[in-house]
Amino acid sequence: MAADLLAAPGGGRDLELVGITKRFGEAVAVDDLSLRMPAGSFFALLGPSGCGKTTMLRMVAGLEVPTAGQVLIGGDDVTTTRPYRRPVNTVFQSYALFPHLDVLENVAFGLRRRRERNAEQRAMAALDMVELGPLARRRPTRLSGGQQQRVALARALVNNPAVLLLDEPLGALDLKLRRQMQVELKRIQDEVGGTTFVHVTHDQEEAMTMADTVAVMNAGRIEQLGPPQELYDLPRTPFVANFLGRSNLLPGTVVEERDGLLGVDAAGTRLLVPADRAVARSGQVLVGIRPEKVHLVAAGADEPADSTVLGPGTVADVSFSGVSTEYLVDVAGYGRMSVFTQNLGAGPGAMVGEQVRLAWSPRHAFVLVGDAPAAGPLEREAATVGAAGGTGP
Amino acid sequence: MTAALTSATAEAGAPPPPPRGSSRIAWLLLTPGLAYLVLFFVAPVAVLLLTSLYERVPDGPVGATRPALRWENYTDALVTYAPQFGRSFLYAFIATVLALAIGYPLAYVIAVRCRNRPLLQGLLLVLVIAPFFTSFILRTIAWKQILADESLVVAVLKTISLLPDDARLTATPTAVVAGLTYNFLPFMTLPIYANLERLDLRLIEAGEDLYANPAETFRRVTLPLSMPGIVAGSLLTFIPAAGDYVNSALLGTASTAMIGNVIDSRFFRVVDYPTAAALSVLLMAAILLLVAAYVRRSGTDDLL
Repeated sequence: MAADLLAAPGGGRDLELVGITKRFGEAVAVDDLSLRMPAGSFFALLGPSGCGKTTMLRMVAGLEVPTAGQVLIGGDDVTTTRPYRRPVNTVFQSYALFPHLDVLENVAFGLRRRRERNAEQRAMAALDMVELGPLARRRPTRLSGGQQQRVALARALVNNPAVLLLDEPLGALDLKLRRQMQVELKRIQDEVGGTTFVHVTHDQEEAMTMADTVAVMNAGRIEQLGPPQELYDLPRTPFVANFLGRSNLLPGTVVEERDGLLGVDAAGTRLLVPADRAVARSGQVLVGIRPEKVHLVAAGADEPADSTVLGPGTVADVSFSGVSTEYLVDVAGYGRMSVFTQNLGAGPGAMVGEQVRLAWSPRHAFVLVGDAPAAGPLEREAATVGAAGGTGP
Repeated sequence: MTAALTSATAEAGAPPPPPRGSSRIAWLLLTPGLAYLVLFFVAPVAVLLLTSLYERVPDGPVGATRPALRWENYTDALVTYAPQFGRSFLYAFIATVLALAIGYPLAYVIAVRCRNRPLLQGLLLVLVIAPFFTSFILRTIAWKQILADESLVVAVLKTISLLPDDARLTATPTAVVAGLTYNFLPFMTLPIYANLERLDLRLIEAGEDLYANPAETFRRVTLPLSMPGIVAGSLLTFIPAAGDYVNSALLGTASTAMIGNVIDSRFFRVVDYPTAAALSVLLMAAILLLVAAYVRRSGTDDLL
């Protein structure tokens, strides 16, 4: 195999970023970022456009050189190593397939440059893996977007890189194809075994579906890093709380701590949060609760035992989406809260204008520090939905 | 030839077929162009073909000919002027290669390296096109000055011993080829520029990502992708250079005469129309064959 050219090809290797900073003139794209991605993991860098995630990826590929810091692959410092000398391959956002070569030659390109034997057979095998064998002699321009994407994947994977970089690889595909390719990518990662996948995306669902570890990036920094479930269950910053899924964030002040529970006074209501789910245990905080963890309690009904209750508030909007229904509830003093309920067929839910209370179990709440995003996804969406007019279930 | 040029420079992707019912309008739009071609291309070529077979009137006045089918005109012309033919294609070939060697890097710098500096890019492009603001003849005469025996260039070359003391540049094949190269350089540079200007730099990054060093990336990615520009540029240089007579007339001597000079003197000095016409037809045919072989060999069709 590639043993003669690359020290230890194939099999994943740890990718480590140490204190990476990248400036373009005055603008800081990546700000003193350190990360360790273990060999064989599927790692997602998730963030809005312009957060520095693609710059990060390009520095790993060698297409940009960091202003400061180090890139280590399997312990070797490759910070200034030219891209063609790194055991790294990239699936580019635009695929960047060579239009003058047919599909097979595109896939064999890397193998041929490394003078490897059986380049053609191995390229063919890689094409079979992505189920494009019959199209080997076509020009890439004659393929559909999804097929081109798979050629780009085969072209990168056939080299058996230590690290595979995926730069928004599914961004150009339609929703159905994207879901299909997500499953496909997961399967391929299991199949090639060992290669470290680093996946850059702005699609939180894509990141959560595919990655073992997700790093949420914002403004050149990593906001939070961890397995998707953990990130979703316990976000540590208001940005993560609203970029990965959505959250209701209620500003308040910590007034007591007792029996492992924090008591937060939010506009006159005492909200309880487990102390180990709090970023700070005193001062001004935000109490967060995911919309699907909140229950609607109709007027007159009893709230579940041991729950935090807010309200009453007025249902401002109801939107039915099949599996679930979203309610937007205006609670005086707290603004607009979002509630998701699963449609379990238990009769009609609340109607627009109805008075309801909101209840949730304290163990689902979390405490953050910082400013609630002024126009986070929740508020923005709520505004558009509100403007469109309410629809009853 | 026209077809070869358009196919070499055309944008990727064939135009969609015109919808039915618009064919009458298409013909209407084509009429002026067709009329122009028939009047100024087809007719003269037909006259040229006929003239090339005329025969001299025995004992008639100078230049008197009469219609005939004298095929020997061709063999005679070919035998007599074979050296000039050979020289024409040789000079044109060398000039094309030199123009490519100078024009490609120039086009690359303007199109790729200056891509993020539109001002510099525009300035360099103007410099490439600027020679067109002056007449072709005037510029060639200027070259005559530059290469003259007492010129600064020759003096410097002699001082640094690049040129022997008794050598000269004017009236040599070197001067003629230099003149051809210079005069047709923009025709080489501009099509290559137009091609490289569209080059997707992400493909270069993909090449480097796939273990190709910069030299290999150039050879495997950039160069093949710029073939349509190279083909168009070489045709635009080679074809007019092979038929050129100005450079040889102004910068060369009788021993550097190209076929264009022979045709010129046959037509306007010796008044030997049939030979001149036969030479013209032979030149056209030869260029057509060479160009067809070149376009086929360069295999740029599948890039388009």
